[in-house]
Amino acid sequence: MDLDKFLISVADSAHRKGPQDHIVMSSRVRLARNIKDGAFPGWAKKPERVRVLEVIRPAIEQLPEMKEAFSDTMDNLTQLDKQILVERHLISREHAARSAGSGVVINPEETFCVMINEEDHLRMQSLRPGLQIRQAWQAIDKLDSDLESRLSYAYSNQLGYLTACPTNLGTGIRVSAMLHLPGLVLAEQINPIIQSVNKLGLAVRGLYGEGTEALGNVFQVSNQMTLGEPETVIVERLEKVLAQIIEHEENARASLLEKKPKTIHNHIGRAYGVLANAHVISSKETMNLLSLMRLGVELGMFPTLHSSFVDELFLLTQPAHLQKVYSGKLSAEERDLLRADMLRERLKPVSRPIAKPSGPPSGGMDKAGKP
Amino acid sequence: MMCCVCKEKPATVHLTDIKGDKVQKVDLCEECAKTKGVNDSTFQLADMLLGLGASHEIEQSAGGADVKCPACGFTQVDFKKSGRLGCPECYVTFAEGLESLLKSMHKGTKHTGKVPNHLRQKRDLSEQLNALNKKLAKAIATENFEQAALLRDEIKQLNTKQAGTSVVA
Ligand SMILES: [Zn+2]
Ligand SMILES: [Zn+2]
Repeated sequence: MDLDKFLISVADSAHRKGPQDHIVMSSRVRLARNIKDGAFPGWAKKPERVRVLEVIRPAIEQLPEMKEAFSDTMDNLTQLDKQILVERHLISREHAARSAGSGVVINPEETFCVMINEEDHLRMQSLRPGLQIRQAWQAIDKLDSDLESRLSYAYSNQLGYLTACPTNLGTGIRVSAMLHLPGLVLAEQINPIIQSVNKLGLAVRGLYGEGTEALGNVFQVSNQMTLGEPETVIVERLEKVLAQIIEHEENARASLLEKKPKTIHNHIGRAYGVLANAHVISSKETMNLLSLMRLGVELGMFPTLHSSFVDELFLLTQPAHLQKVYSGKLSAEERDLLRADMLRERLKPVSRPIAKPSGPPSGGMDKAGKP
Repeated sequence: MMCCVCKEKPATVHLTDIKGDKVQKVDLCEECAKTKGVNDSTFQLADMLLGLGASHEIEQSAGGADVKCPACGFTQVDFKKSGRLGCPECYVTFAEGLESLLKSMHKGTKHTGKVPNHLRQKRDLSEQLNALNKKLAKAIATENFEQAALLRDEIKQLNTKQAGTSVVA
Protein backbone atom coordinates (compact mmCIF):
# COMPACT_ATOMS: atom_id res chain seq x y z
CA MET A 1 0.00 0.00 0.00
CA ASP A 2 1.17 3.51 -0.78
CA LEU A 3 1.62 5.46 2.45
CA ASP A 4 1.40 8.84 0.67
CA LYS A 5 -2.02 8.04 -0.72
CA PHE A 6 -3.19 6.63 2.56
CA LEU A 7 -2.25 9.43 4.94
CA ILE A 8 -4.56 12.37 5.46
CA SER A 9 -3.22 15.44 3.64
CA VAL A 10 -1.18 17.86 5.73
CA ALA A 11 -3.81 20.56 5.22
CA ASP A 12 -6.67 18.33 6.35
CA SER A 13 -4.61 17.03 9.21
CA ALA A 14 -3.91 20.56 10.43
CA HIS A 15 -7.58 21.52 10.11
CA ARG A 16 -8.83 18.92 12.59
CA LYS A 17 -10.41 20.73 15.51
CA GLY A 18 -10.66 19.76 19.14
CA PRO A 19 -11.61 21.30 22.49
CA GLN A 20 -9.07 23.79 23.89
CA ASP A 21 -6.89 23.54 20.82
CA HIS A 22 -5.66 27.09 21.34
CA ILE A 23 -3.36 25.39 23.85
CA VAL A 24 -3.79 21.60 23.61
CA MET A 25 -2.60 20.44 20.20
CA SER A 26 -3.46 16.78 20.66
CA SER A 27 -4.30 14.04 23.14
CA ARG A 28 -2.99 10.51 23.11
CA VAL A 29 -3.45 7.34 25.13
CA ARG A 30 -1.07 4.44 24.63
CA LEU A 31 -1.41 0.92 25.99
CA ALA A 32 1.53 -1.50 26.16
CA ARG A 33 0.70 -5.20 25.83
CA ASN A 34 2.62 -8.40 25.26
CA ILE A 35 1.51 -11.86 24.31
CA LYS A 36 2.13 -14.75 26.66
CA ASP A 37 4.53 -16.86 24.64
CA GLY A 38 7.76 -15.39 23.51
CA ALA A 39 10.45 -13.02 24.63
CA PHE A 40 9.97 -9.25 24.52
CA PRO A 41 11.06 -7.70 21.19
CA GLY A 42 14.35 -6.34 22.58
CA TRP A 43 15.46 -9.80 23.71
CA ALA A 44 13.83 -12.00 21.06
CA LYS A 45 15.85 -13.20 18.09
CA LYS A 46 14.67 -12.12 14.65
CA PRO A 47 12.80 -15.35 13.72
CA GLU A 48 10.84 -15.09 16.95
CA ARG A 49 9.98 -11.45 16.32
CA VAL A 50 8.77 -12.41 12.86
CA ARG A 51 6.63 -15.19 14.33
CA VAL A 52 5.06 -12.84 16.88
CA LEU A 53 4.42 -10.22 14.19
CA GLU A 54 2.64 -12.84 12.10
CA VAL A 55 0.37 -13.68 15.01
CA ILE A 56 -0.43 -10.12 16.03
CA ARG A 57 -0.74 -8.31 12.72
CA PRO A 58 -3.71 -10.29 11.35
CA ALA A 59 -5.45 -10.05 14.72
CA ILE A 60 -5.26 -6.26 14.55
CA GLU A 61 -6.26 -6.08 10.89
CA GLN A 62 -9.43 -8.00 11.76
CA LEU A 63 -10.55 -5.47 14.36
CA PRO A 64 -13.67 -3.51 13.34
CA GLU A 65 -11.79 -0.30 14.18
CA MET A 66 -9.10 -1.22 11.68
CA LYS A 67 -11.27 -1.62 8.60
CA GLU A 68 -9.33 -0.51 5.53
CA ALA A 69 -6.31 0.26 7.65
CA PHE A 70 -2.78 0.81 6.43
CA SER A 71 -0.76 -2.19 7.55
CA ASP A 72 2.81 -2.97 6.73
CA THR A 73 6.06 -4.36 8.06
CA MET A 74 8.79 -1.88 8.89
CA ASP A 75 11.24 -3.37 6.39
CA ASN A 76 8.76 -2.54 3.63
CA LEU A 77 8.74 1.15 4.44
CA THR A 78 11.35 3.54 3.11
CA GLN A 79 13.44 5.61 5.48
CA LEU A 80 11.51 8.66 4.31
CA ASP A 81 8.10 7.07 4.96
CA LYS A 82 9.16 6.13 8.47
CA GLN A 83 10.34 9.68 9.09
CA ILE A 84 6.99 11.02 7.82
CA LEU A 85 5.22 8.81 10.36
CA VAL A 86 7.47 10.15 13.12
CA GLU A 87 6.77 13.75 12.13
CA ARG A 88 3.04 12.97 12.19
CA HIS A 89 3.48 11.56 15.71
CA LEU A 90 2.11 8.21 14.58
CA ILE A 91 5.19 6.15 15.45
CA SER A 92 8.13 6.68 17.80
CA ARG A 93 11.67 7.38 16.67
CA GLU A 94 12.65 4.02 18.14
CA HIS A 95 10.09 2.28 15.98
CA ALA A 96 11.30 4.09 12.87
CA ALA A 97 14.71 2.51 13.47
CA ARG A 98 13.24 -1.00 13.31
CA SER A 99 12.88 -3.15 10.22
CA ALA A 100 12.03 -6.84 9.67
CA GLY A 101 9.99 -8.34 12.49
CA SER A 102 8.22 -5.08 13.33
CA GLY A 103 5.09 -3.56 11.87
CA VAL A 104 2.58 -0.74 11.98
CA VAL A 105 -1.18 -0.57 11.50
CA ILE A 106 -3.00 2.78 11.14
CA ASN A 107 -6.73 3.36 10.60
CA PRO A 108 -7.86 5.73 7.81
CA GLU A 109 -8.94 8.46 10.25
CA GLU A 110 -5.50 8.29 11.93
CA THR A 111 -7.20 8.02 15.30
CA PHE A 112 -5.64 4.61 15.98
CA CYS A 113 -2.09 3.53 15.38
CA VAL A 114 -0.63 0.24 16.56
CA MET A 115 3.11 -0.42 16.62
CA ILE A 116 3.99 -4.10 16.62
CA ASN A 117 7.28 -5.17 18.17
CA GLU A 118 8.42 -1.80 19.33
CA GLU A 119 9.69 -2.12 22.91
CA ASP A 120 6.68 -4.33 23.63
CA HIS A 121 4.85 -6.71 21.31
CA LEU A 122 2.03 -4.20 21.14
CA ARG A 123 1.98 -0.46 21.55
CA MET A 124 -1.51 0.68 20.66
CA GLN A 125 -2.35 4.33 20.57
CA SER A 126 -5.48 6.38 20.32
CA LEU A 127 -5.01 9.94 19.04
CA ARG A 128 -7.36 12.92 19.12
CA PRO A 129 -7.04 16.61 18.29
CA GLY A 130 -7.33 19.04 21.22
CA LEU A 131 -8.06 18.02 24.78
CA GLN A 132 -9.81 14.65 24.54
CA ILE A 133 -7.94 12.41 26.92
CA ARG A 134 -11.01 10.61 28.23
CA GLN A 135 -12.38 9.95 24.76
CA ALA A 136 -9.00 8.70 23.61
CA TRP A 137 -8.81 6.38 26.58
CA GLN A 138 -12.31 4.98 26.08
CA ALA A 139 -11.55 4.32 22.43
CA ILE A 140 -8.30 2.46 23.07
CA ASP A 141 -9.83 0.57 25.99
CA LYS A 142 -12.49 -0.80 23.67
CA LEU A 143 -9.93 -1.70 21.01
CA ASP A 144 -7.88 -3.49 23.66
CA SER A 145 -10.92 -5.42 24.90
CA ASP A 146 -11.67 -6.51 21.34
CA LEU A 147 -8.10 -7.60 20.86
CA GLU A 148 -7.83 -9.53 24.13
CA SER A 149 -10.32 -12.10 22.85
CA ARG A 150 -8.08 -12.74 19.83
CA LEU A 151 -4.68 -12.82 21.55
CA SER A 152 -3.39 -14.29 24.83
CA TYR A 153 -1.89 -11.42 26.78
CA ALA A 154 0.89 -11.78 29.33
CA TYR A 155 -0.94 -10.82 32.50
CA SER A 156 -0.45 -11.52 36.20
CA ASN A 157 -2.95 -10.95 38.99
CA GLN A 158 -0.33 -9.21 41.08
CA LEU A 159 1.50 -7.15 38.45
CA GLY A 160 -1.16 -6.68 35.77
CA TYR A 161 -0.07 -6.46 32.12
CA LEU A 162 3.57 -7.52 31.88
CA THR A 163 5.82 -5.18 29.89
CA ALA A 164 9.44 -5.24 28.75
CA CYS A 165 10.29 -2.28 30.96
CA PRO A 166 9.14 -2.35 34.60
CA THR A 167 8.19 1.35 34.28
CA ASN A 168 5.18 0.38 32.15
CA LEU A 169 3.99 -2.52 34.25
CA GLY A 170 0.42 -2.88 35.50
CA THR A 171 -1.93 -0.84 33.36
CA GLY A 172 0.65 -0.32 30.60
CA ILE A 173 -0.99 3.05 30.07
CA ARG A 174 0.55 6.31 29.06
CA VAL A 175 -1.83 9.21 28.86
CA SER A 176 -0.38 12.33 27.29
CA ALA A 177 -1.24 15.68 25.80
CA MET A 178 0.82 17.97 23.59
CA LEU A 179 0.62 21.54 24.81
CA HIS A 180 1.62 24.78 23.14
CA LEU A 181 2.85 27.01 25.98
CA PRO A 182 4.50 30.12 24.53
CA GLY A 183 2.92 32.35 27.20
CA LEU A 184 4.48 30.48 30.10
CA VAL A 185 7.84 30.35 28.30
CA LEU A 186 7.86 34.09 27.51
CA ALA A 187 6.70 34.95 31.03
CA GLU A 188 9.51 32.73 32.35
CA GLN A 189 7.03 30.76 34.42
CA ILE A 190 7.53 27.46 32.65
CA ASN A 191 10.18 25.98 34.95
CA PRO A 192 8.21 26.25 38.20
CA ILE A 193 5.21 24.79 36.37
CA ILE A 194 7.27 21.85 35.10
CA GLN A 195 8.63 21.28 38.59
CA SER A 196 5.22 21.22 40.23
CA VAL A 197 3.87 18.92 37.52
CA ASN A 198 6.86 16.62 38.11
CA LYS A 199 6.06 16.55 41.81
CA LEU A 200 2.67 15.06 40.99
CA GLY A 201 4.44 12.14 39.33
CA LEU A 202 3.88 13.39 35.79
CA ALA A 203 6.57 13.81 33.15
CA VAL A 204 7.09 16.86 30.94
CA ARG A 205 9.02 16.34 27.73
CA GLY A 206 9.77 18.09 24.46
CA LEU A 207 8.04 17.63 21.14
CA TYR A 208 9.14 14.14 20.14
CA GLY A 209 9.01 12.33 23.47
CA GLU A 210 11.80 10.91 25.61
CA GLY A 211 14.52 13.41 26.37
CA THR A 212 13.94 15.87 23.55
CA GLU A 213 14.00 19.63 23.96
CA ALA A 214 10.83 21.66 23.77
CA LEU A 215 11.08 22.97 20.22
CA GLY A 216 8.43 25.47 19.29
CA ASN A 217 7.32 25.77 22.93
CA VAL A 218 5.52 22.45 22.58
CA PHE A 219 5.52 20.28 25.68
CA GLN A 220 4.26 16.79 26.23
CA VAL A 221 2.76 16.04 29.64
CA SER A 222 2.18 12.41 30.61
CA ASN A 223 1.83 10.02 33.54
CA GLN A 224 4.88 8.06 34.64
CA MET A 225 3.48 5.58 37.13
CA THR A 226 1.43 2.73 35.75
CA LEU A 227 1.18 0.26 38.64
CA GLY A 228 -0.85 0.53 41.83
CA GLU A 229 -3.76 2.64 40.63
CA PRO A 230 -6.49 2.12 38.05
CA GLU A 231 -6.61 3.75 34.61
CA THR A 232 -9.51 6.00 35.61
CA VAL A 233 -7.49 7.58 38.41
CA ILE A 234 -4.54 8.20 36.09
CA VAL A 235 -6.80 9.76 33.45
CA GLU A 236 -8.54 11.94 36.01
CA ARG A 237 -5.28 13.19 37.50
CA LEU A 238 -4.01 14.18 34.09
CA GLU A 239 -7.27 15.94 33.26
CA LYS A 240 -7.03 17.96 36.43
CA VAL A 241 -3.40 18.92 35.92
CA LEU A 242 -4.00 19.82 32.26
CA ALA A 243 -6.93 22.06 33.22
CA GLN A 244 -4.60 23.89 35.58
CA ILE A 245 -1.81 24.25 33.03
CA ILE A 246 -4.33 25.61 30.51
CA GLU A 247 -5.47 28.17 33.04
CA HIS A 248 -1.88 29.21 33.79
CA GLU A 249 -1.09 29.55 30.10
CA GLU A 250 -4.19 31.66 29.52
CA ASN A 251 -3.29 33.88 32.45
CA ALA A 252 0.28 34.20 31.26
CA ARG A 253 -0.87 35.27 27.79
CA ALA A 254 -3.35 37.79 29.19
CA SER A 255 -0.92 39.30 31.63
CA LEU A 256 1.90 39.52 29.09
CA LEU A 257 -0.42 41.36 26.76
CA GLU A 258 -1.48 43.71 29.52
CA LYS A 259 1.87 44.31 31.18
CA LYS A 260 4.39 43.85 28.38
CA PRO A 261 2.55 44.45 25.11
CA LYS A 262 5.70 45.78 23.45
CA THR A 263 7.62 42.61 24.25
CA ILE A 264 4.87 40.44 22.84
CA HIS A 265 4.36 42.51 19.70
CA ASN A 266 8.10 42.66 19.18
CA HIS A 267 8.50 38.88 19.40
CA ILE A 268 5.60 38.16 17.10
CA GLY A 269 6.46 40.91 14.64
CA ARG A 270 10.05 39.67 14.39
CA ALA A 271 8.90 36.08 13.96
CA TYR A 272 6.66 37.11 11.07
CA GLY A 273 9.44 39.24 9.60
CA VAL A 274 11.95 36.42 9.54
CA LEU A 275 9.53 33.74 8.35
CA ALA A 276 8.20 35.92 5.54
CA ASN A 277 11.60 37.13 4.36
CA ALA A 278 14.32 34.62 5.17
CA HIS A 279 16.21 32.84 2.39
CA VAL A 280 17.85 30.22 4.61
CA ILE A 281 16.15 28.84 7.67
CA SER A 282 16.63 25.73 9.81
CA SER A 283 13.87 23.46 10.99
CA LYS A 284 14.52 24.40 14.60
CA GLU A 285 14.33 28.16 14.03
CA THR A 286 11.20 27.66 11.94
CA MET A 287 9.45 25.80 14.74
CA ASN A 288 10.35 28.41 17.32
CA LEU A 289 9.18 31.27 15.10
CA LEU A 290 5.99 29.50 13.99
CA SER A 291 5.21 29.01 17.67
CA LEU A 292 5.27 32.80 18.12
CA MET A 293 3.13 33.24 15.04
CA ARG A 294 0.61 30.77 16.42
CA LEU A 295 0.51 32.85 19.58
CA GLY A 296 -0.05 35.92 17.41
CA VAL A 297 -3.00 34.22 15.71
CA GLU A 298 -4.51 33.30 19.10
CA LEU A 299 -4.06 36.91 20.28
CA GLY A 300 -5.84 38.28 17.23
CA MET A 301 -2.79 39.84 15.60
CA PHE A 302 -3.41 38.04 12.30
CA PRO A 303 -7.18 38.54 11.85
CA THR A 304 -7.33 36.64 8.56
CA LEU A 305 -5.53 33.55 9.85
CA HIS A 306 -6.56 30.51 11.76
CA SER A 307 -4.12 28.50 13.87
CA SER A 308 -4.46 25.59 11.43
CA PHE A 309 -2.52 27.73 8.91
CA VAL A 310 0.44 27.71 11.29
CA ASP A 311 -0.01 24.05 12.21
CA GLU A 312 0.10 23.13 8.55
CA LEU A 313 3.38 25.00 8.08
CA PHE A 314 4.71 23.42 11.27
CA LEU A 315 4.30 20.01 9.68
CA LEU A 316 5.19 20.93 6.09
CA THR A 317 8.54 22.41 7.09
CA GLN A 318 9.70 19.29 8.96
CA PRO A 319 12.60 17.60 7.13
CA ALA A 320 10.79 14.53 5.79
CA HIS A 321 7.64 16.39 4.78
CA LEU A 322 9.75 18.98 2.99
CA GLN A 323 11.61 16.20 1.24
CA LYS A 324 8.29 14.75 0.02
CA VAL A 325 7.18 18.05 -1.50
CA TYR A 326 10.46 18.52 -3.35
CA SER A 327 10.85 14.86 -4.22
CA GLY A 328 14.41 13.71 -4.23
CA LYS A 329 17.08 13.48 -1.62
CA LEU A 330 18.04 16.82 -0.14
CA SER A 331 20.99 17.79 1.99
CA ALA A 332 20.32 19.74 5.18
CA GLU A 333 21.61 22.92 3.46
CA GLU A 334 19.28 22.42 0.49
CA ARG A 335 16.37 21.85 2.85
CA ASP A 336 17.08 25.13 4.65
CA LEU A 337 16.86 26.97 1.32
CA LEU A 338 13.69 25.23 0.18
CA ARG A 339 12.08 25.67 3.58
CA ALA A 340 12.67 29.42 3.38
CA ASP A 341 11.27 29.50 -0.18
CA MET A 342 8.15 27.69 0.95
CA LEU A 343 7.61 29.96 3.93
CA ARG A 344 8.04 33.15 1.88
CA GLU A 345 5.58 31.83 -0.68
CA ARG A 346 2.98 30.81 1.92
CA LEU A 347 3.29 34.04 3.88
CA LYS A 348 3.03 36.29 0.82
CA PRO A 349 -0.73 36.83 1.17
CA VAL A 350 -0.49 37.25 4.94
CA SER A 351 -0.41 40.86 6.11
CA ARG A 352 1.97 41.77 8.87
CA PRO A 353 0.65 41.48 12.42
CA ILE A 354 -1.46 44.28 13.81
CA ALA A 355 -0.43 45.54 17.20
CA LYS A 356 -3.60 46.65 18.90
CA PRO A 357 -3.24 49.93 20.77
CA SER A 358 -2.64 48.88 24.33
CA GLY A 359 -4.65 51.65 26.00
CA PRO A 360 -3.18 54.43 28.09
CA PRO A 361 0.48 53.95 29.01
CA SER A 362 0.55 51.90 32.16
CA GLY A 363 3.48 53.41 33.98
CA GLY A 364 6.97 51.94 33.55
CA MET A 365 8.43 51.28 30.15
CA ASP A 366 8.41 47.70 29.18
CA LYS A 367 11.75 46.32 28.07
CA ALA A 368 11.87 45.35 24.44
CA GLY A 369 12.41 41.64 24.17
CA LYS A 370 15.49 40.08 22.69
CA PRO A 371 14.92 38.10 19.51
CA MET B 1 18.47 -5.03 67.81
CA MET B 2 15.50 -6.19 65.76
CA CYS B 3 15.63 -8.34 62.64
CA CYS B 4 15.45 -6.03 59.61
CA VAL B 5 13.32 -8.44 57.61
CA CYS B 6 10.44 -9.40 59.89
CA LYS B 7 11.02 -6.55 62.36
CA GLU B 8 9.61 -8.83 65.05
CA LYS B 9 12.29 -11.10 66.47
CA PRO B 10 15.68 -10.07 67.83
CA ALA B 11 18.52 -10.25 65.33
CA THR B 12 21.13 -12.88 66.01
CA VAL B 13 22.82 -13.09 62.61
CA HIS B 14 24.87 -10.05 61.59
CA LEU B 15 26.31 -9.67 58.12
CA THR B 16 28.62 -7.03 56.75
CA ASP B 17 29.49 -6.43 53.14
CA ILE B 18 32.20 -4.04 52.03
CA LYS B 19 32.05 -2.75 48.50
CA GLY B 20 34.60 -0.05 47.70
CA ASP B 21 34.21 2.45 50.50
CA LYS B 22 30.62 1.47 51.27
CA VAL B 23 29.82 -0.74 54.22
CA GLN B 24 26.41 -2.36 54.34
CA LYS B 25 25.07 -4.21 57.35
CA VAL B 26 22.20 -6.61 57.65
CA ASP B 27 20.83 -7.93 60.92
CA LEU B 28 18.60 -10.99 60.87
CA CYS B 29 16.78 -13.30 63.24
CA GLU B 30 17.54 -17.02 63.11
CA GLU B 31 14.44 -17.84 61.10
CA CYS B 32 14.76 -15.11 58.47
CA ALA B 33 18.42 -15.93 58.03
CA LYS B 34 17.40 -19.48 57.27
CA THR B 35 14.62 -18.58 54.82
CA LYS B 36 16.92 -16.09 53.10
CA GLY B 37 19.44 -18.85 52.72
CA VAL B 38 22.24 -17.17 54.62
CA ASN B 39 23.96 -20.51 55.22
CA ASP B 40 23.66 -21.37 51.58
CA SER B 41 26.94 -20.99 49.74
CA THR B 42 25.19 -19.16 46.87
CA PHE B 43 23.92 -16.45 49.20
CA GLN B 44 24.51 -12.96 47.93
CA LEU B 45 24.19 -10.02 50.23
CA ALA B 46 23.39 -7.71 47.34
CA ASP B 47 20.44 -9.88 46.36
CA MET B 48 19.14 -9.72 49.83
CA LEU B 49 19.46 -5.99 50.19
CA LEU B 50 17.55 -5.67 46.97
CA GLY B 51 14.77 -7.79 48.40
CA LEU B 52 14.67 -5.65 51.51
CA GLY B 53 13.55 -2.59 49.62
CA ALA B 54 16.84 -0.89 50.41
CA SER B 55 16.37 0.88 47.06
CA HIS B 56 19.72 -0.21 45.76
CA GLU B 57 17.78 -1.13 42.69
CA ILE B 58 19.38 -2.27 39.50
CA GLU B 59 22.88 -1.38 40.69
CA GLN B 60 22.82 -4.15 43.24
CA SER B 61 20.89 -6.69 41.24
CA ALA B 62 23.95 -7.42 39.15
CA GLY B 63 25.23 -9.34 42.16
CA GLY B 64 22.99 -12.29 41.39
CA ALA B 65 24.42 -12.77 37.97
CA ASP B 66 24.03 -16.52 38.13
CA VAL B 67 20.23 -16.37 38.22
CA LYS B 68 18.91 -17.10 34.75
CA CYS B 69 15.32 -16.96 33.52
CA PRO B 70 14.39 -20.56 32.67
CA ALA B 71 12.07 -19.40 29.90
CA CYS B 72 14.35 -17.03 27.99
CA GLY B 73 17.85 -17.22 29.46
CA PHE B 74 17.87 -13.60 30.59
CA THR B 75 20.16 -12.67 33.51
CA GLN B 76 20.29 -9.75 35.93
CA VAL B 77 23.39 -8.50 34.15
CA ASP B 78 21.30 -8.17 30.99
CA PHE B 79 18.76 -6.22 32.99
CA LYS B 80 21.44 -3.89 34.29
CA LYS B 81 22.58 -3.26 30.72
CA SER B 82 19.21 -2.52 29.15
CA GLY B 83 16.76 -1.75 31.95
CA ARG B 84 14.35 -4.12 30.19
CA LEU B 85 13.42 -7.69 30.99
CA GLY B 86 13.63 -10.65 28.63
CA CYS B 87 10.16 -12.17 28.73
CA PRO B 88 6.95 -12.23 30.81
CA GLU B 89 8.35 -15.14 32.85
CA CYS B 90 11.28 -12.95 33.97
CA TYR B 91 8.86 -11.22 36.37
CA VAL B 92 8.60 -14.51 38.24
CA THR B 93 12.31 -15.32 38.00
CA PHE B 94 13.44 -11.94 39.31
CA ALA B 95 10.39 -11.19 41.45
CA GLU B 96 12.30 -10.64 44.66
CA GLY B 97 14.82 -8.26 43.20
CA LEU B 98 12.17 -6.29 41.35
CA GLU B 99 9.97 -5.65 44.35
CA SER B 100 11.91 -2.68 45.72
CA LEU B 101 12.49 -1.32 42.24
CA LEU B 102 8.75 -1.34 41.57
CA LYS B 103 8.09 0.27 44.93
CA SER B 104 10.41 3.13 44.06
CA MET B 105 8.94 3.79 40.62
CA HIS B 106 5.20 3.20 41.05
CA LYS B 107 2.25 4.10 43.27
CA GLY B 108 2.03 0.53 44.54
CA THR B 109 3.16 -2.98 43.74
CA LYS B 110 -0.29 -4.49 43.17
CA HIS B 111 -2.18 -4.00 39.92
CA THR B 112 -5.58 -2.41 40.51
CA GLY B 113 -6.53 -1.54 36.94
CA LYS B 114 -8.08 -3.33 34.01
CA VAL B 115 -8.46 -7.12 34.18
CA PRO B 116 -8.90 -9.18 31.01
CA ASN B 117 -12.53 -10.18 30.65
CA HIS B 118 -12.14 -13.96 31.03
CA LEU B 119 -10.10 -13.53 34.22
CA ARG B 120 -12.55 -11.01 35.62
CA GLN B 121 -15.42 -13.47 35.29
CA LYS B 122 -13.39 -16.14 37.02
CA ARG B 123 -12.36 -13.74 39.77
CA ASP B 124 -15.90 -12.52 40.39
CA LEU B 125 -17.06 -16.10 40.71
CA SER B 126 -14.39 -17.09 43.21
CA GLU B 127 -15.04 -13.95 45.25
CA GLN B 128 -18.71 -14.89 45.39
CA LEU B 129 -17.77 -18.40 46.49
CA ASN B 130 -15.51 -17.09 49.23
CA ALA B 131 -18.28 -14.92 50.63
CA LEU B 132 -20.76 -17.82 50.57
CA ASN B 133 -18.34 -20.16 52.29
CA LYS B 134 -17.85 -17.64 55.07
CA LYS B 135 -21.60 -17.33 55.50
CA LEU B 136 -21.90 -21.10 55.58
CA ALA B 137 -19.29 -21.45 58.31
CA LYS B 138 -21.12 -18.84 60.34
CA ALA B 139 -24.47 -20.55 59.83
CA ILE B 140 -23.04 -23.85 61.01
CA ALA B 141 -21.34 -22.23 63.99
CA THR B 142 -24.63 -20.67 65.05
CA GLU B 143 -26.43 -23.96 64.35
CA ASN B 144 -28.63 -22.33 61.74
CA PHE B 145 -28.92 -25.54 59.73
CA GLU B 146 -31.80 -24.42 57.57
CA GLN B 147 -29.76 -21.53 56.17
CA ALA B 148 -26.69 -23.74 55.93
CA ALA B 149 -28.54 -26.14 53.66
CA LEU B 150 -29.60 -23.31 51.37
CA LEU B 151 -26.07 -21.91 51.25
CA ARG B 152 -24.66 -25.34 50.48
CA ASP B 153 -26.95 -25.63 47.44
CA GLU B 154 -25.93 -22.19 46.25
CA ILE B 155 -22.25 -23.03 46.60
CA LYS B 156 -22.76 -26.27 44.74
CA GLN B 157 -24.34 -24.40 41.84
CA LEU B 158 -21.53 -21.86 41.65
CA ASN B 159 -18.95 -24.62 41.79
CA THR B 160 -20.39 -26.31 38.73
CA LYS B 161 -20.46 -22.92 36.99
CA GLN B 162 -16.82 -22.30 37.87
CA ALA B 163 -15.80 -25.72 36.62
CA GLY B 164 -17.62 -24.83 33.40
CA THR B 165 -15.80 -21.54 32.83
CA SER B 166 -12.39 -22.99 33.48
CA VAL B 167 -13.02 -25.57 30.79
CA VAL B 168 -14.00 -22.83 28.35
CA ALA B 169 -11.06 -20.64 29.36
ZN1 LIG C 1 13.25 -12.09 61.19
ZN1 LIG D 1 12.56 -14.51 30.86
